[in-house]
Amino acid sequence: SSAAMAALRGRALLVPFGARLRAGPRAPLRSAASSPPLYDVVVSGGGMVGSAMAAVLGHDIHFHDKKIALLEAGPRKEYDHMPDSYSNRVSSISPGSATLLSSCGAWDHVCSLRLKPFRRMQVWDACSEAMIVFEKDDLDDMGYIVENDVIMSALTKQLDAVADRVEVFYRSRAVGYTWPLPSYSCDTRPWVQVELADGRRLQTKLLIGADGHNSVVRKEAEIRNIEHQYDQSAVVATLHLSEATDNNVAWQRFLPTGPIALLPLSDTASSLVWSTSHDHALELLTIDEEGFVDSINSAFWSNINHSDFIDTAGAMFRSAISLLKPSGTAVRQLPPSVAKVEPESRAMFPLGMGHATEYVQHRVALIGDAAHRVHPLAGQGVNLGFGDIACLAHHLSAAAFNGSDLGSLKHLLKFETERQRHNVSLIAATDVLKRLYSTTLAPLVLLRTWGLQATNALPPVKVRI
Amino acid sequence: LFRFTVKRPFSTSHSSVDSKEMKKFQLLAHKWWDEEGEYAALHSMNDIRVPFIRDTLLSMSSNYHLGNPLSGIKILDIGCGGGLLSEPLGRLGASVTGIDPVEDNIRTADQHKSFDPVLAKRIQYKSSSLEEIVEESMETFDVIVASEVVEHVADLEMFIKCCSQVLKPEGSLFITTINRTQLSYVLGIVVAEKIMGIVPEGTHEWEKFVPPEELERLLESNGFSVKTVAGMLYNPLSGSWSWMESTSLNYAVHAVKVGTRGQACPTDAPSETGIQQRSATAGTA
Repeated sequence: SSAAMAALRGRALLVPFGARLRAGPRAPLRSAASSPPLYDVVVSGGGMVGSAMAAVLGHDIHFHDKKIALLEAGPRKEYDHMPDSYSNRVSSISPGSATLLSSCGAWDHVCSLRLKPFRRMQVWDACSEAMIVFEKDDLDDMGYIVENDVIMSALTKQLDAVADRVEVFYRSRAVGYTWPLPSYSCDTRPWVQVELADGRRLQTKLLIGADGHNSVVRKEAEIRNIEHQYDQSAVVATLHLSEATDNNVAWQRFLPTGPIALLPLSDTASSLVWSTSHDHALELLTIDEEGFVDSINSAFWSNINHSDFIDTAGAMFRSAISLLKPSGTAVRQLPPSVAKVEPESRAMFPLGMGHATEYVQHRVALIGDAAHRVHPLAGQGVNLGFGDIACLAHHLSAAAFNGSDLGSLKHLLKFETERQRHNVSLIAATDVLKRLYSTTLAPLVLLRTWGLQATNALPPVKVRI
Repeated sequence: LFRFTVKRPFSTSHSSVDSKEMKKFQLLAHKWWDEEGEYAALHSMNDIRVPFIRDTLLSMSSNYHLGNPLSGIKILDIGCGGGLLSEPLGRLGASVTGIDPVEDNIRTADQHKSFDPVLAKRIQYKSSSLEEIVEESMETFDVIVASEVVEHVADLEMFIKCCSQVLKPEGSLFITTINRTQLSYVLGIVVAEKIMGIVPEGTHEWEKFVPPEELERLLESNGFSVKTVAGMLYNPLSGSWSWMESTSLNYAVHAVKVGTRGQACPTDAPSETGIQQRSATAGTA
C-alpha cells in the first residue's frame, strides 16, 4: 500500500494529496482504559501567536463544548504590574491584527495597559533624498506600537477567562509527536500523540504548530523549510528623545548596512530596531551609552552616503514627477533626535528568512514563524501570524459548525492556499527589498531611488502596502 | 455528472436482504473512511446535507446553543453505512442511532467511532433493517435521515409508513435521493457506470430511481407534510456538491410528520390522515 511505501521512504512527498497523509511511526493501539486524554485542538507554543490562537478558538461560539490545550515550555508569567520603563521587544500591530485581538477581548486590555498609535510612516534612503511617506487619508491610525509583554498580558487574561475550554500547560515542552495513519486504516488510533518532557501524554484531533522559526512540529512532520540566514542581526533598545514631541510617526532609514527604525512608544520614548551586520551589532552593544546614542543620531541625520550623481538624478526624477502629478511628493519631516538610551535595554538577535513549503498536513497546521519568518524591515512579522490565526480560526469554526473532523485536510488546505497566496508575495518582496537596499552601487541605488519616489507618487501601490 | 452512490440492499418486505448485494458491500466495508476513495462523493455530500439538516432543525427550534446545536435531538440514520453522516450529526450534539443491514458496515462504523469518547457515547449502531426496529421504537425519534437509501427500497410506501411509526409527531424526515429522468439515466448510469467506470456496473437500477413528485405524493398520503424539495448537483472536477433549482438529477426533501403529540399512530388509516392534514408544499421544483 502507498502508506507502507511512504513509511519505508520515511519521508512525505510533496506532490500528491495522498502523500499529505503521513505514514510515520504508527500510533500504538492501547485499550481505552489507558488512553491519554483526547483534545480537539492542541496548540504547541505559547508565544504571542500560539496564545492568540488558543484564545481566539476558546472564544469561538462553535468551540463552546470543545477541549483545547496550549503547550508552553516556559513558566507562567505574571503581568499584573507593568514596569515603568518600556520593554525593548515591541511589535508594530496593524489594524487588522487589532481587530483579531478585539475578537477575543484582548485588545481592550492592551488599550488599558499601554500602546502608541502612529499615523504616519516615513521611509527613506541613506544614499539619496528619495523618501516615501505612508499615511492614511482618513484620520484613522495606521498601526500601533505595542510591547510584546503587553500583548502577552492581555492574552493571558483572556485565556484565563475561558479556562473551562482552554487548558494551558506551562513548563511543558513537547518532545515527541507520533502521527496517525490516514483515518481509513481502522485498527490504530487516529489521533496525533504528543509526548511531553515529563512523560505525560496527550492526544489531539488537530495539532497547531506555533513554536517559532525553529519549529519542532514542522521538523517532526518533515515539512521542508526554505530558509536563509541573513548576515545581519537586529539591535533593539529603548531610547529617550531629546525633547517631547507628538511622536506619532514611525521612521525607517535604509543604510547600506541595513535599515534602522525608530518606533514611537510615547511622547518622550521610542523603540529602536537596527538591522546591521553581526560585527557592527556587537560593536553597538559594547560601546558606551553616549557612543551608542551618537551612532543612532548619525545614522538618521548624516548624508555621508550621498553622491552628487545620485542627488542630481534623484532631483531630476522628482521634478519630472511633479510635472505629471503635482501632489506626488510629500513634505519631508525630520526624525526626532535621541538623547539617551535606557540602561540595560540593549539586546541583539540574528535575522533570517524562512518559508515552509507546506503549512498543513493531515491533523497538523503551522502558523506564525513556524510557517514563515521575515525580515523586520517591513514590520510585518507578528501581523502575518495574526493573519494566519484569523484565517485558520475562520475555517475551523465553520468546520466545527458542520460537525466535521477538525483534523481533516479538506478545510486545512483551504487555509493553506489562502495564506500562502498572501504570505509568499509579501515575504518575497521583503527579501528583495532587503537585498536591494544592502548596497551602495550607483545603478541599484538609482533604481530604488526612482522606485521609492515613484511608489510614493502612486496611491494604489501605497495603499496595498 | 459523476454520481456515486452506495447501494444498500434495502428490502422492506419481510423477505431477507439480497445476499449478492450484501457481498458487494462487504468487500467495500473498509473503504468507507477513505475521503479520497470510492466514497469520496458521499464524504463531500456532508458539506451540503449536514448544514441542510442542521439549519432546518435550528429554524424550527427556539432553544439551542450554537456550540452544540443538535443537543437533545434523537436521530435515526437509516442505511448509515460506515457512519459518514452519523458522525457529524453526533459531533453537533445529537443522539444518533445508525442502522444498516450489512454487518460489516456496522462493524466499520463502530470501530471508527470508538476512538472518540464523545462520539462513542452519542452514537449507537445496529445491524438491522427498518422494520426490525419498528416494534421497539414506536414514536421514538425526533428526526429520521434516509440519505441515498430510498432508491434501493423495494416497497417505498411501506418504508415511509415505517418511518412514520418510529417518528414522533411533528418529527422531521430528511431524504436525499436520485430522480428518474432521461438525464439521470445518461449521466448516472451510462456515463458513471458504463463509460467512466466510476460506479461499478449494475450498482444502480434506473427503474428504482424516485421522481420527487412520486415521493411527495407518497409522503403526503402517509401522514407527512412536505416542507422543502431542493435539487443537488455534483461537480466531478472539484469533487463538491451544490444546491440547484432543478431536481432532475439528485435532490433532497424535508418532510414533517403531521399530528400533535399523543395522537394515535396512523397505520390503519393513512390516507384519511393525509387528506385531513394536507398542507401546502413549500418546495422548489
